[in-house]
Amino acid sequence: MGHLITKPNIETPDAFYSDLIKLHEGLTDDESEALNAKLILVLSNHIGDTKVLREAFELCKG
Amino acid sequence: MFDDRYTLAFKLYPYTRSADQDVDSAVRHPVVVVGGGPIGLATALDLGRQGIPVVVLDDHEGIGMGSRAICFAKRTLEIADRYGCGAPMRDKGVVWNLGKVFQDAEQVYEFNLLPEEGHRNPAFINLQQPYFEKFLFEQICAEQEKGAPIQIRGKNRVDAVDAQDDHVVLDVMTPDGPYQLEADWVIGCDGASSPLRNMLGLDFEGRVFQDSFLIADIKMKSTEFPTERWFWFEPYFKSGASTLLHKQPDDVWRVDFQIGWDVDRKEELKEENIRARLDAMLGEDVEYDIVWSSIYTFQCRRMENFRKGRVIFAGDAAHQVSPFGARGANSGMQDVDNLGWKLGLVLAGKAPESLIDSYNEERAYGADENILNSTRSTDFITPKSKISHTFRNAVLNLAKTQEFARPLVNSGRLSLPCTYDGLSLNGEDALTGGPSRTRVGSPCPDAPLSEGFLLDQMGDGFILLTIDTDAPDSFEDDGITVSRLALSASDDPTGVLSERYLGDAKSAVYLIRPDQHVTARWDRFDSDALRQALRTACGKG
Ligand SMILES: Cc1cc2nc3c(=O)[nH]c(=O)nc-3n(C[C@H](O)[C@H](O)[C@H](O)COP(=O)(O)OP(=O)(O)OC[C@H]3O[C@@H](n4cnc5c(N)ncnc54)[C@H](O)[C@@H]3O)c2cc1C
Repeated sequence: MGHLITKPNIETPDAFYSDLIKLHEGLTDDESEALNAKLILVLSNHIGDTKVLREAFELCKG
Repeated sequence: MFDDRYTLAFKLYPYTRSADQDVDSAVRHPVVVVGGGPIGLATALDLGRQGIPVVVLDDHEGIGMGSRAICFAKRTLEIADRYGCGAPMRDKGVVWNLGKVFQDAEQVYEFNLLPEEGHRNPAFINLQQPYFEKFLFEQICAEQEKGAPIQIRGKNRVDAVDAQDDHVVLDVMTPDGPYQLEADWVIGCDGASSPLRNMLGLDFEGRVFQDSFLIADIKMKSTEFPTERWFWFEPYFKSGASTLLHKQPDDVWRVDFQIGWDVDRKEELKEENIRARLDAMLGEDVEYDIVWSSIYTFQCRRMENFRKGRVIFAGDAAHQVSPFGARGANSGMQDVDNLGWKLGLVLAGKAPESLIDSYNEERAYGADENILNSTRSTDFITPKSKISHTFRNAVLNLAKTQEFARPLVNSGRLSLPCTYDGLSLNGEDALTGGPSRTRVGSPCPDAPLSEGFLLDQMGDGFILLTIDTDAPDSFEDDGITVSRLALSASDDPTGVLSERYLGDAKSAVYLIRPDQHVTARWDRFDSDALRQALRTACGKG
């Protein structure tokens, strides 16, 4: 059982961010929202650990 | 008529009639530089110091008012040191380390640049562009006194160009009327809207950013602000969608407001309107004078090829970036550093003309890296869509409490010189265990020695840097000399030299180009390997 990583963990942050924004290029707001929802589900499944996921939920709610 | 397009900060080279204007047929010069901005001046300095006769034509008589560039990076200062004018820039410039990022009325986080030890120069200095140009000009004067064949002709405007296979003919307008000049090589340093580039019908494609920025350089009369960089996203005082406050020498502060695309420039530039924005930000009781103001928009773009026969482009004429990240003048200085020695060898008949093509290969590669970085900063500062804006603000919001989000905040990245990974002039990288930061293609990082610094020892030619191993004091191939710089790891008791140049290796031999880029490295001297690497570095295959 792990903990949510809140230290920087992405090696090339600028490249990651730019890919993320590019992913949404040309989408309507609704399409973007749907894409984000899918992203969250895919990444959550990858993480798997529900304890970690709950920590993330709490952090973002706050 | 000969009207100025801008007012001058320093009148340095008033028009005088040249003998070239009184002859019947055009006089031929080895090199003519079009444009006397920072990049044209540096080009003249580089070539003139090599003893190459160079004529600079500028359509004004000195340096334009208004600062534009304020951040000059370490690599630029290192190049200036090689030319002999780094010290006055360092002395005049402001060094800062602390940056604060705000959103609305709240501080998101602050950062300390924590400068790396063991360099003569800081990560960068803040210095008004006119000073930067003036120091270059003063160095030109000093070199002229020592006999450097440099001429700067004020109020000499290039109006037409005829590019032949082996020379170029220029039509030049002066207050006394037109004359013609010929040049074996022309270097186009005539800025982002380069008339030379346009006259040759060359492309300049890229991305336009639909936003404008209002700059006010203000001199504080009452309050002292700290020497820090403050950047606001969506500031509470509503003077812009983002705002930057940054210190320059002479108690002058750069304030930069992002004001949107559809603005009435004339209206916005009225003093009372600028003051309204400033007062909202600074508070009513802060007293200041407005030294300079301007509205700018920008594009990120470059020429497809920086060379067209005997015409070579450098600086903003060849590539343009957004100001975020300070990669304009800084990258132009790297162009000059790159081109100078190559053109020198070609003019001396020591390298084939094709060596000049490597200038395009290397500097276009550098321009792409700069465009990528400054585009990313710009996209973060001025999000282009609703979702991009949402992500941006989520990052800022998280960054207040979460460390992981801070590296994602991008209000401009430090301008760093690029490593020419995998390009044609590179020789072999045969230093087992050698550090990655000094791999082949890298600009040499500085290091302290028992007296002074490593880069001071390098001079203007090819260098064979040996650390704890033997080699001849000098080496020659085909008219090109390589001088040895013999060091030992113990020359630097702090261990930095060894960390940056040896890594896990016991000894090292570096072949270093005149622009201080590593072109090959080994663990010991081998004359055949050196000869091969030197030939490759000079475009002889
Ligand atoms: C707001 C702003 C902030 C910036 N901040 C930074 C920064 O912090 N750091 C940084 O590195 N860069 C910065 N830059 C970019 C920097 O100002 C430019 O990259 C730099 O001025 C380019 O120099 P240059 O010599 O190539 O061109 P220019 O400075 O444009 O010089 C061109 C010269 O050519 C002359 N000329 C033009 N046409 C002719 C002709 N037909 N005949 C003869 N002469 C001619 C012009 O009069 C001028 O003197 C900034 C730019 C802006 C707008």
